[in-house]
Amino acid sequence: MASQETIHVAEPRGSLLNDPKVRGLIFQVVVGAALVLLVWWIVGNTIENLRRANISSGFGFLAGRAGFDIAQTPIDYSSNSSFGRAILVGLVNTIIVAVSGIATATIIGFLVGIGRLSRNWLVARICTVYVEVFRNIPPLLVIFFWYFGVISVLPAPRDSIELGLGTYINSRGFFMPKAVWGEGAWLIAVAFVLAIAMTWFVARKARQRQMATGQQFPVVRTAIGLIVGLPVLAFLVTGLPVTFEVPQLSTFNIRGGWTVKPEFLSLYLALSFYTASFIAEIVRAGILGVSKGQSEASFALGLRQGQALRLVIVPQAMRIVIPPLTSQYLNLTKNSSLAVAIGYPDLVAVGQTTMNQTGQAVEVVAIWMIVYLGLSLTTSVFMNWFNARMALVER
Amino acid sequence: MAFFIGRRAGKGRRAAGIDGTFAAGRSREAKKCGEMGPAQRKGFSMSYKFLTGVLGAAALAFTASAASAATLDDVKEKGYVQCGVSTGLAGFSAPNDAGDWEGFDVDLCRAIAAAVFGDPEAARFTPTNATERFTALQSGEIDVLTRNTTWTLSRDTKLGFNFAGVNYYDGQGFMINGKNLPDVNSALQLSGAAVCVQTGTTTELNLADYFRANNMEYNPVVFQALEEVNAAYDSGRCDVYTTDQSGLYAIRLTLTNPDDHVVLPEIISKEPLGPAVRQGDDQWLDVVKWTLYAMIQAEELGITSANVEEMMNSDNPEIKRILGQEGESTLAADLGLENEWVVNIIKGVGNYGEVFERNIGQDSPLKISRGLNQLWTKGGIQYAMPIR
Amino acid sequence: MQEHDLAFVRAEMVIAQAPPRGETGLVHWLRKNLFATPLDTVLTILALLFIAWSVPPLIEWAFINAQWTGTDRSACATVAQGGNQPNGWTGACWAFVNAKFEQFMVGRYPIGERWRVYLTGFLFAALLIPLLIPRAPYKALNAILFFGVFPIVAFLLLVGGFFGLSYVPTTRWGGLLVTLVLSFVGIAISLPAGIVLALGRRSNMPVVKMLCVIFIETIRGVPLVTVLFMASVMLPLFLPPGTTFDKFLRALIGVAMFASAYMAEVVRGGLQAIPKGQYEGADSLGLSYWQKMGLIVLPQALKLVIPGIVNTFIGLFKDTSLVYIIGMFDLLGIVRQNFSDANWASAQTPMSGLLFAGFVFWMFCFGMSRYSMFMERRLNTGHRS
Repeated sequence: MASQETIHVAEPRGSLLNDPKVRGLIFQVVVGAALVLLVWWIVGNTIENLRRANISSGFGFLAGRAGFDIAQTPIDYSSNSSFGRAILVGLVNTIIVAVSGIATATIIGFLVGIGRLSRNWLVARICTVYVEVFRNIPPLLVIFFWYFGVISVLPAPRDSIELGLGTYINSRGFFMPKAVWGEGAWLIAVAFVLAIAMTWFVARKARQRQMATGQQFPVVRTAIGLIVGLPVLAFLVTGLPVTFEVPQLSTFNIRGGWTVKPEFLSLYLALSFYTASFIAEIVRAGILGVSKGQSEASFALGLRQGQALRLVIVPQAMRIVIPPLTSQYLNLTKNSSLAVAIGYPDLVAVGQTTMNQTGQAVEVVAIWMIVYLGLSLTTSVFMNWFNARMALVER
Repeated sequence: MAFFIGRRAGKGRRAAGIDGTFAAGRSREAKKCGEMGPAQRKGFSMSYKFLTGVLGAAALAFTASAASAATLDDVKEKGYVQCGVSTGLAGFSAPNDAGDWEGFDVDLCRAIAAAVFGDPEAARFTPTNATERFTALQSGEIDVLTRNTTWTLSRDTKLGFNFAGVNYYDGQGFMINGKNLPDVNSALQLSGAAVCVQTGTTTELNLADYFRANNMEYNPVVFQALEEVNAAYDSGRCDVYTTDQSGLYAIRLTLTNPDDHVVLPEIISKEPLGPAVRQGDDQWLDVVKWTLYAMIQAEELGITSANVEEMMNSDNPEIKRILGQEGESTLAADLGLENEWVVNIIKGVGNYGEVFERNIGQDSPLKISRGLNQLWTKGGIQYAMPIR
Repeated sequence: MQEHDLAFVRAEMVIAQAPPRGETGLVHWLRKNLFATPLDTVLTILALLFIAWSVPPLIEWAFINAQWTGTDRSACATVAQGGNQPNGWTGACWAFVNAKFEQFMVGRYPIGERWRVYLTGFLFAALLIPLLIPRAPYKALNAILFFGVFPIVAFLLLVGGFFGLSYVPTTRWGGLLVTLVLSFVGIAISLPAGIVLALGRRSNMPVVKMLCVIFIETIRGVPLVTVLFMASVMLPLFLPPGTTFDKFLRALIGVAMFASAYMAEVVRGGLQAIPKGQYEGADSLGLSYWQKMGLIVLPQALKLVIPGIVNTFIGLFKDTSLVYIIGMFDLLGIVRQNFSDANWASAQTPMSGLLFAGFVFWMFCFGMSRYSMFMERRLNTGHRS
């Protein structure tokens, strides 16, 4: 505290208890002791409760046979797998919905955010209505809206809506042909990776050249050409190594092909639309946060509107946008735990089933907390690094 | 806030327990309390008063209360039985339009209340879902779980319960929409179907085992709450609904078009459903167990709510004994109940057969036949241990 | 340049000319706002198409074709589905909302006792509205009544068990009642708790600071669902064996803990924005820690973060809907539960119920955010430009 210096200069008066340092120390000891007692009490109670309930504590249960099935298994899983494996499936499902949700929410959010600032009155109003509606209703309601309001009123499998090219949509989800890769297909992936590496190299070289000579190089066109061209070339060279498994109607449902389940679809759409309304506001604030002088100066330098946006405004806006954007990404990831309300098998839903089947409540909650805290911390570390790179370098 | 919290007796015991020893034998201690002589009791209460004084503040901070092992004493003290029921399963336990609980499992709870207090209305109900039911019982939030719960070894041992008996012999079955799937008449034709199931139940595990054993695929659609599963099945999210057969009949009633749906003949598991209590409280277990047996025995002896008054004057020694009309009998006292406990049960809710028919049998919309739940004398397996 | 012999000097002002036609009126407005550039024109046409595609069907569904009255599902189902409506009919089923309205408001509160809920609601509104209007008199008395007396009266009325009022267990509460009680108590707890946590996090005492940081970051790092599960499943395990704990109270603790952590971060932002001179000035006046905080720092800090605080309130209000996941029936939960009522199940029921619930949530949240903007302007004493 700033005042401590003066206290020492003056003759100390009164009892020792008036010394803020001593008082602080005593207070801390009391708080610390109370906390230790509380923890001791809680742990003691928990041990006693678990003993009475005959629940063995520890993570040994993770190796046991799960016995239940999971609706969406991106990695190998059957009812013979272990509980640990089941929870891993849940985690992968969480990541799938979070990543796809983040991608979509970012796109919608940026469009709407820029749209709100549009000079076009109609577009700006529509975007405002969108933001004000979605920001002010609970995300769970949006999930229910998609699940019960939209998807479950679609026709039954027998009367599926055909969208052409072997894709169908019905109340059981969205069905499309699945690509079955034949021999040599790995070459396409290699070509794709190669193209990305080459693009990076070209961009680097072009930048160096521009710095040195001022000459520009059409990087974007080259990049598109490489990234699209090389895999297509590889595809043609290896002799079209792909066949499509087209969905077929069977007794119960459309089988075969690639299915997007309604639970995933609802959660994904709801999270995207809900979070997008927040991202839109962040983007708007970011763009408004760049002072008008910046754009005026760039126009004075002769930059075109697009160039001014790309080279001057957006880089500065991103600096304002990124920190809150990060927390929205984290919010979306955390909101994906609402999956449990519609039965999408994410980490929480699978964990809950595990909890029901084994009674290991403490361990399962601990796993949830560790995973989500881990995800949060990883994201913030990454975003801090990104932020540091983007930060203003002041001279 | 104190009122949000269960109002239980035994504040003193709680205070004594907070002194940091976590008295592993708190329950035992409480039991001993009842056994002590007056002098000892005075000494105990002195020291306990002292402890209360010292730890009063700490105790107040947790205005919750401890249920001791002596559930019967606690129940008598607070004046009602707290039963865990389902969140709504027509015929078994569901609130009616006025919000009062009704059903087969509810009547068992009311029978326990009648046995203890002579008043079937001295029962309160806590709706629980599949997850909460066990923690609710373990924590003492409820005194007895009268909710369609399957008696299994691990629940008996690992979860620390005792099952007091079986009030309904059930088995897991399948229901499909017969109008949409007219060709399906066996569970073995279900390969590829989407199956709605409530998570956290033995049903979920049996389902996985059955399809695996028969080399069939399926697509699980799981939900936490029964209403969610019902809604999903009703809206056509899945082709098949699986749960205990009794449940299927009950759920069929709540669907939009009950007549479209058929229950398939296969039964893929044994599901003995019965009331459960906490382990380590034999007296309360006995009360619940013998309440159930008394209902079954009464049916066997032909005692109904209509004729129980005249039956009390019967010459049949067995009937006299069960109705507490045998002078020197200590049966009821040994159980910790009033002498006319069975009379109260029968007056309050009726015998097993009456309760069955009224809630789920021929007098109800469910129209479930007695089947295995018929008395052993009539071809079923409901068999009460002798009350003597 | 002017000719001096021309002696015409205008003695009165020229009447202002109307601006050129292209610069006023509807046409100009349209030009400027809708058709400024070719891209704008394309966007406008797309937007108009979108409106034409979405709005008329919505109005038709929600109002023109809607079914307003009825006693069961036949009012809202088509003939093929076993109802009275012609095949192919789609429209909102407001009859469902109408029939269930009271349930949506108070849940399964005993019918004979519902006047207690309505009385509480009336008192709530009667005390809150004058409190929100800046010019209304007797603010101090009003605040004491609202924050001091009203909670006690509401508690006695809703729970009962005193003065001849019968006891109503919280398991029978539901609907908007649960949403509002959870939010109100959550707000009332989270604001002071958040301030204490934020002060703790800025404290010089390492133990206190560490505890606050751990609490805040742990809670903020995990989803509310897990906090609620922890409150509902694990809290009973933490207490002495056999202790019972009302489920409603457990949910309340979970929600309040969660909101407190978020509130703490908002308040911390405000504390950090106060210039150091303010702290030092308070110290030099010889104020104690609590005087310094209570009289100098917090009033400024809280004013700065009003939007953040209200956003946390809005978040809390929306988050109360998650108690549905641990088996309680707030407004959204009870609407959701009624989808499975066979008496009303039809293709239109879920959408109608959800729209109704969404509208109620929206009204509250939108109202709160507008009010916070209003207060922000009012309290802006000009320190910030």
